[in-house]
Amino acid sequence: MQTATQPTAHHPESSHHPAHHTEEDAGGFWSRYFFSTDHKIIGMQYGLTALTFLLFGFFLMVIMRWQIAHPNEPVPVIGPLLASLLGSGAAHGSISADLYNSFGAMHGTIMVFLAIVPLAFGAFGNYLVPLQIGAPDMAFPRINMASYQVYLLGGVIMFVSFFIPGGAAQAGWTSYPPLSLTIPTDGQTFWLIAMVFLITSSLLGAVNFIATVIQLRAPGMTWGRLPFFVWAQFVTGFLLLLAFPPLEAAGVMQLMDKVAHTSFFLPTGLAVEGRLAQVSGGGSPLLWQHLFWFLAHPEVYVLILPAMGIVAEIIANNTRKPLWGYRSLVGATLSIGFLSFIVWAHHMYMTGMGTKISSFFQITTMIISIPSVIILTCLLVSLWGGSIRFNTPMLFAMAFLPMFGIGGLTGLPLGLSYADLHLHDTYYVIAHFHYVVAPGTIFALFAGLYYWYPKYTGRIMNEFWGKIHFWGSLIFMNLIFQPMFAQGMAGMLRRMADGGANYSQARVPEAIGGLSHSMMGLHTYILWAAFSLGLVQIPFIINFFWSICHGRPAGSDNPWAATTLEWQTPTPPPHGNFTSAPRVFRGPYEYSVPGHAADFTPQNQPD
Amino acid sequence: MDIPYTVEARPDTGLYNAKVGIWLFLASEVMLFGALFSAYILLRVGATGDLWPHGWLNIPIGTFNTLVLITSSITTVMAWASLKMNQFGRFKFFHACTILLSLAFVCIKSYEYHDKFTHYEIHLTDGRIADGHLVKSTPEQVIIHGRFVEDRKELFDLRAQGASHTHEEITLPRAQIKTMENYGPWHHTYLAVYFTLTGLHALHVIGGALVIGFLWGPGSKLWRQDPDRFTNRVEISGLFWHFVDLVWIFLFPVLYLL
Amino acid sequence: MNHEEAEHFAQHVRRYLYVFYALLFGTLITVGASYIPFGNRELNIGVALLIALGKASLVGCYFMHLVSERKMIYGILGVTAFFFLGLMFLTIASFSDLPRNSVTH
Repeated sequence: MQTATQPTAHHPESSHHPAHHTEEDAGGFWSRYFFSTDHKIIGMQYGLTALTFLLFGFFLMVIMRWQIAHPNEPVPVIGPLLASLLGSGAAHGSISADLYNSFGAMHGTIMVFLAIVPLAFGAFGNYLVPLQIGAPDMAFPRINMASYQVYLLGGVIMFVSFFIPGGAAQAGWTSYPPLSLTIPTDGQTFWLIAMVFLITSSLLGAVNFIATVIQLRAPGMTWGRLPFFVWAQFVTGFLLLLAFPPLEAAGVMQLMDKVAHTSFFLPTGLAVEGRLAQVSGGGSPLLWQHLFWFLAHPEVYVLILPAMGIVAEIIANNTRKPLWGYRSLVGATLSIGFLSFIVWAHHMYMTGMGTKISSFFQITTMIISIPSVIILTCLLVSLWGGSIRFNTPMLFAMAFLPMFGIGGLTGLPLGLSYADLHLHDTYYVIAHFHYVVAPGTIFALFAGLYYWYPKYTGRIMNEFWGKIHFWGSLIFMNLIFQPMFAQGMAGMLRRMADGGANYSQARVPEAIGGLSHSMMGLHTYILWAAFSLGLVQIPFIINFFWSICHGRPAGSDNPWAATTLEWQTPTPPPHGNFTSAPRVFRGPYEYSVPGHAADFTPQNQPD
Repeated sequence: MDIPYTVEARPDTGLYNAKVGIWLFLASEVMLFGALFSAYILLRVGATGDLWPHGWLNIPIGTFNTLVLITSSITTVMAWASLKMNQFGRFKFFHACTILLSLAFVCIKSYEYHDKFTHYEIHLTDGRIADGHLVKSTPEQVIIHGRFVEDRKELFDLRAQGASHTHEEITLPRAQIKTMENYGPWHHTYLAVYFTLTGLHALHVIGGALVIGFLWGPGSKLWRQDPDRFTNRVEISGLFWHFVDLVWIFLFPVLYLL
Repeated sequence: MNHEEAEHFAQHVRRYLYVFYALLFGTLITVGASYIPFGNRELNIGVALLIALGKASLVGCYFMHLVSERKMIYGILGVTAFFFLGLMFLTIASFSDLPRNSVTH
């Protein structure tokens, strides 16, 4: 029985914002760019920070690949630098096993939590969602600002942890106890504290995104007229909102175990270094795994859904035809969101669960592959009969499809518990998830950067270097990850600082199923491919910054001739986004509509 | 730049923005505390039956604290209702009560924590176990007000024993003490759960009290300029407060009574 | 605020007071019930949780106005409830469905 009260303050129907200075434009660098509450600035903050972490995580990986291919040999060129920065872990420039483990743990953590999600959700989502729904900003701008700042804080803590005595966390991005609790250094504590901040940032962001989409859609922007990108971000918001808190709870419990010597995750009778651990016992290491994976499985859909949203927008625009199966796409996305919460223990098939519960998780895992295939199919069929423009964003978007296909299909044996017995914790798993995230999500993010660049800067990134970036990335990513499927099936395990040398036929010729010379030899090819992948990012980085001032001018506010609302604003959009409040009259993909004069009709164009 | 529906409800959803926001946030809090409750259930079910404590917490105090929080819940809703009925003075009164009650809750909780931190389980070199509250500690000896037990299991089910054990002052020379540990979170998984759950809950009480305190104090200026906006803020903070009460409604029986 | 709406709220206030009394009563019977020796500990747990659920419903429905909220809010909470129950029951199930003759049994 809520009484809808009449507002006593007068709310104008529409806001007129001429493009000259408003009070938000005044003020120094800090108030305009660091303490801004404008979703577009916050999106840029997320974007630049996330891209920096992406590069950092990449460096960690290249160094790891050197160690794998050349165990205990000093890292060339930067070895002395590593030694001076990281102390005994990188003595004489070669990576110790402990340092390798910390690089591995942090590569995963940084890539997932500091790079991909902030870029896909924090940057693209923040920038585009209010624009695409016709809103002046997010529903809670100050909470938006807070979410970025808390993310930055978490990121700084993660980065700083490399330089404390003992170095960064070493127990994998998964932080399984008892190992994570019995390593006697503080890196894990820093990791846990940073995770609490990062989770808080994501929760604040999720609340904002969901409330914004529900409440701030412009008049005429019905649920059925939302661009698929917005649907994807909306479901992603729910995944973050509801899946992260159990990990926050688990993080607090592990922090208590580490700092207050509780035993949430430490079992009775635990022996550390040959002696009984002085803890109360009674805890359960498996409890951590359940709480961790309860988040971490929906997290992988957080990684992929925004990417699918980006690819969908770019495909519709560059085929000059509507997306095929909009309703299927939306329904599949909602199904994925829902199912993703009840599949998590397929990461735990090897923990001794009974057959009934394993079967339950196997069934739900198999079912969730269906909506994923539906989405991929819709996007593929959307290409059919299209008038395709092969610009750089479209190349990346199209490549996403088979790459995600490979990644997704190779997930199926992992989802089947019997096959997973052989493949769990091998390089097959690494290949599978990197295919989905690297030539999958990251390609979609590259596509998005090239595509929306003109809206942000008024210029288009150089096409030639864009294509070099594309072909180089495509070839080298495949060269890196394809061999890993073979290595994994041959039994090469994850997280081995010596690259598996201990289990090789060379060292133990009489062992059955030792890693063959050819399997071990693949490490060298992968190292060269990784290094080349890094080289081919250089033109992209230069292009990205150079084009801000020297790129070809876009020529109009809507250089790609797109239908969605973000292209119907001035460039760059001012505070408040739209010069007058938009009204939506049609769906998001009215391309090549028979009988219309132009080959596209913007959503806010009246009949 | 005006963000629509900050005060008036959006026609198709019937909600104003902050209401959607707070319910979304509360949904995430349900998952947070839900995960902790699930962890508690798992740890308890997995523990050996006679080594899970009962009666380690003072029930009258806990009951009183529960009543404190319930009362603060009604004062919260009355504060909002007063604003809806344009009675700013009554709003001030009711939320002053809310804040005082929250302070009372936190103080009582601190007292309970203190009680645990001064309660020691001491294992002696001759195999006996002494258990009680610390009276005095010197370099030579430790004096507690408690009892001796033969078997550690006797320390666990205090509810079954009722008031059947007596406490006396016990002096223990340090030379005879093998280990001495107080009833902090490290002492037993039950206490780990207790401190973590109630600690997190108490942080939420403090946070909520700070927000309500701000709205009661400096934030109440908004009532004159935009009363509906202010009323909505009071409603939102009230929803958070009720959720905190809700969590306690489950915490109390689970930790104190079972 | 006009006179009718004030009257309307006076009714609400009465409702809040009844809920308050019910909550006080609920607290007392929770404590009382915990002393009743049902013999079976599970029964004590069940009774306590049932009363807690009742109290929580009262707080939720009346103090938090859920009894008259919008569908959107019901939707958000419904989804949340489903996932929370999933987390709890699936995790417990995976601990209890263990192979026979395993170390823990």
